[in-house]
Amino acid sequence: MKFGIVVFPGSWSERDMHYAVADVLGYPAEYVWHRATSLNNFDAILLPGGFSYGDHLRCGAIAAHSPVMAAVKDFANNGGFVFGSCNGFQILCETGLLPGALIRNDHLEFRCEPGNLRVESSRTPFTSQYADGDVVAMPISHGEGNYQADDETLAMLESDGRVIFRYVDEDNEATPEANPNGSLNNIAGITNEAGNVLGMMPHPERACESLLGSSDGNPLWQSIVVAVDGGG
Amino acid sequence: MAPIAQELLDEVALSRAEYEAIIDRLGREPNELEIGLFGALWSEHCGYKHTKALLRTLPNTSDRLLVAPGAENAGVVDIGDGYAVAFKIESHNHPSAVEPYEGAATGVGGIVRDILAMGARPMALMNSLRFGPPTDERQRYLLSGVVSGISGYGNCIGVPNVGGEVVFDASYAGNPLVNAMCVGIIEGGKVMSARADAPGDLLVLVGAKTGRDGIHGASGLASRTFEEQAELRSTVQVGNPFLEKVLIEACLEAIELPGVVGMQDCGAAGITSAAVEMAERSELGINIDVAKVPRRENEMSPYEVMLSESQERMLLAVKPGAEERLFDLFEKWDIDAAIIGTFEADNQVVVSEGAWQASSTPVVTLTDAPEYQFNSPKPDWLAELQSFDLVGLPDLEITPNEALLKLLASPNIASKHTVWRQYDHQVQNNTVIAPGGDAALLRIQGTQRALGVSTDGNGRLVYLNPRVGSAIAVAETCRNLACVGAEPVALTDGLNFGNPETPDIQYQLQEAIAGISEAASAFGIPVVSGNASLYNESAGSAVQPTPIIGALGVLENVERHARSAFQDDGDAVIVIGTDTPWDTFDGLAGSEALAVFHGTIAGQPKLDLDLETKVQTLCRSLIGGDLLKSAHDVSHGGLAVAVVESAVQGNIGVTIQHDDPVTDWLSALFGESQSRIVATCDDDDVDAVLRIASEAKVSATQVGTVGGDYVRVANVVNLPLATIADVWLNSFERATSG
Repeated sequence: MKFGIVVFPGSWSERDMHYAVADVLGYPAEYVWHRATSLNNFDAILLPGGFSYGDHLRCGAIAAHSPVMAAVKDFANNGGFVFGSCNGFQILCETGLLPGALIRNDHLEFRCEPGNLRVESSRTPFTSQYADGDVVAMPISHGEGNYQADDETLAMLESDGRVIFRYVDEDNEATPEANPNGSLNNIAGITNEAGNVLGMMPHPERACESLLGSSDGNPLWQSIVVAVDGGG
Repeated sequence: MAPIAQELLDEVALSRAEYEAIIDRLGREPNELEIGLFGALWSEHCGYKHTKALLRTLPNTSDRLLVAPGAENAGVVDIGDGYAVAFKIESHNHPSAVEPYEGAATGVGGIVRDILAMGARPMALMNSLRFGPPTDERQRYLLSGVVSGISGYGNCIGVPNVGGEVVFDASYAGNPLVNAMCVGIIEGGKVMSARADAPGDLLVLVGAKTGRDGIHGASGLASRTFEEQAELRSTVQVGNPFLEKVLIEACLEAIELPGVVGMQDCGAAGITSAAVEMAERSELGINIDVAKVPRRENEMSPYEVMLSESQERMLLAVKPGAEERLFDLFEKWDIDAAIIGTFEADNQVVVSEGAWQASSTPVVTLTDAPEYQFNSPKPDWLAELQSFDLVGLPDLEITPNEALLKLLASPNIASKHTVWRQYDHQVQNNTVIAPGGDAALLRIQGTQRALGVSTDGNGRLVYLNPRVGSAIAVAETCRNLACVGAEPVALTDGLNFGNPETPDIQYQLQEAIAGISEAASAFGIPVVSGNASLYNESAGSAVQPTPIIGALGVLENVERHARSAFQDDGDAVIVIGTDTPWDTFDGLAGSEALAVFHGTIAGQPKLDLDLETKVQTLCRSLIGGDLLKSAHDVSHGGLAVAVVESAVQGNIGVTIQHDDPVTDWLSALFGESQSRIVATCDDDDVDAVLRIASEAKVSATQVGTVGGDYVRVANVVNLPLATIADVWLNSFERATSG
């Protein structure tokens, strides 16, 4: 089992992901430079937060055309597990590996704050170590995390159970107040149709130790390891 | 020869006497390029003409000191376990006044590169902001622009912004203050130096291409009064945070290469200041060929290239032969790198463009800026303000409940969480205590240790008594550290004052630095870095003298920290530092209550440094002994506001009762006397806490109990927590959103 953590020049969550996966949980993890064209050595690919190439055009738009993302697409199309958080989620939408788009937060400000998510489904390679309906604490940190999709896509995501994380309040209600950015249906994270690609705006790698406020992100990495190793 | 035109001297902010001194030292007239070089290097910003003599009096020794103050871009202290920390505060006031977004953004970028130059990975930012009252639309525009600039730049570079201050006072209306502090960490003691090793070493410029932006930033924006700057917008630099982020990573890799011997940031006065300072530190000369500088604009003169303040550039000193691997590294990161000069055995700064030599000037002549000394008397108006009668204030027409709600709604007191949440304060996975606490707390990965970081400054108190007010700034920022459990180890000072050529400002400067000195000595810690921003005036009126003190603290066991939020029903509330919760009339001096309810800033601030150090030592030892469940410094708004803040943060009520009856409720509740901490402990630990306090010879008194959903203070305040929380949490947004 080995995680590959993609590093774009403007990534800044790659070290935090490495810390959560390797230092806290002890799983092997290596950085993958954005010019890499092969991902053969890895069992799961992580796309970190940050500003990839500066995000001047649209968040993740240039990254979507980078050499490494061509390799990530192949990796995903062959059934490999791909996870993206924050800028990683934006890039996954820009490459078309996930449907929909992330636009500017509805209040037009950057938002960094703790928050609660409901785990809508534990039947994914990324969430098997949670239970359905769990409320987990993971912070957000983004200016463009407002998830949008057309009506048809949204209906499909909901009916197919592909909305995996939803912003909720402390009472597990998906209220407008719990929605930090204007996302449709309080959507915080979704999967692709095959279920092997997950993108989410919140930062599970920052929820890795109770000292920092939450360790609710750890089961996500553990789920990926279970999916790869079959529980081994 | 005709005497030099006054306009030319004004353009570079040199006085005629200074120009005469240059001729005297050179034995000839300087040429046009040299006038630019002197203007930059002898500017207040680079040359510290009016503060150098005073700054030498600050405490500058400590067992922890690895790089002495002034020797490099920032002082460096040992924090144990093989780690060292570089930190520094810097102002970007005038650029932010002219263009708030880019001014603040490039202020962040600049201080980050100062820390990077020490070979440190930037691990935290803080900022200290001052504006005029937010009832004025322009002030709201400045606030919003500055916060967006800090957010836009800081969030992109992957360095958490862990807090700071936002304060409003009419004196800042024409001249806001934007001070940014950066803390960087060095593993394994590998501190970089901004110097070359030997003649023949190469000078390599890396990062952004050079344009015409920011020319005369140092001599213009930073060294003149505000009304001279109306048309100086073009001298504000434009930042590229993505490039800064890449530059950080590339430079941290570069210093691991063999043959990379020195690093220096290009800040104010661009290549001029950076290269000449490197030459001076190296005791070498330097030859610079401006034709080798990668540019983004055509037909720039040597003058423009040398004085450009284009952002996101660093200089490296590299051994000959080591450049190939360096170029490969910067190519990997898609960053320009170019050899633009060599260090030489002579002590000349030679600027050429290809084969043409534009100037040749002795290093020492350029760097040895004049030093102005002064000893100005206390102004008469100050004595009058200090003797203001705080006892005989007229009665107020409002109740204590109404007064508390009004104070909580003051933008100086209301929670600033709507600002902090625009800053990424968590990236790098170290933030244990986020913005909104007394101090930020950042753990050091792989160790049990944590760093406490805090900034503080109170212009009103410094205005009323520059010496005591400045000592209070040191005491309070260290008290903030004590409240999270961290021991202060070093300070950095951002000095924001008016025109130093006037006696009143000179008095403020000399007294303020004496006060910082006294307090730092009392705590036994050095001032390791800093910045002087003078000429903060508009329409002939100076800002309140505002030294911002940044403090760095060490906590050996990160698990043993405290927060300001009340915890559990039944916990005992203890006030440390005094035997009664109620303050006296003296505490109204320069207080928010005096400003809000009586519309005046007056009185005589007081500080007992002996008591202060004892209170802080006690607080740290109680937290270290796991006896406190919360600790919060009493400052703006006095005891009542401190109690409310802890209650709202903990989402639990509190009752403060004491045998002393409350008389004169305004001072009793809202007085801001120093050296007080509101702490809580488990009811079972009250005796232990009081006994340890008594052994430490510090007054400490149980004054109440945590619990319920009301905030009650004696028989005068009685309000639902929900009402109080709404006012404290939402008033800042209401006041600043127009």
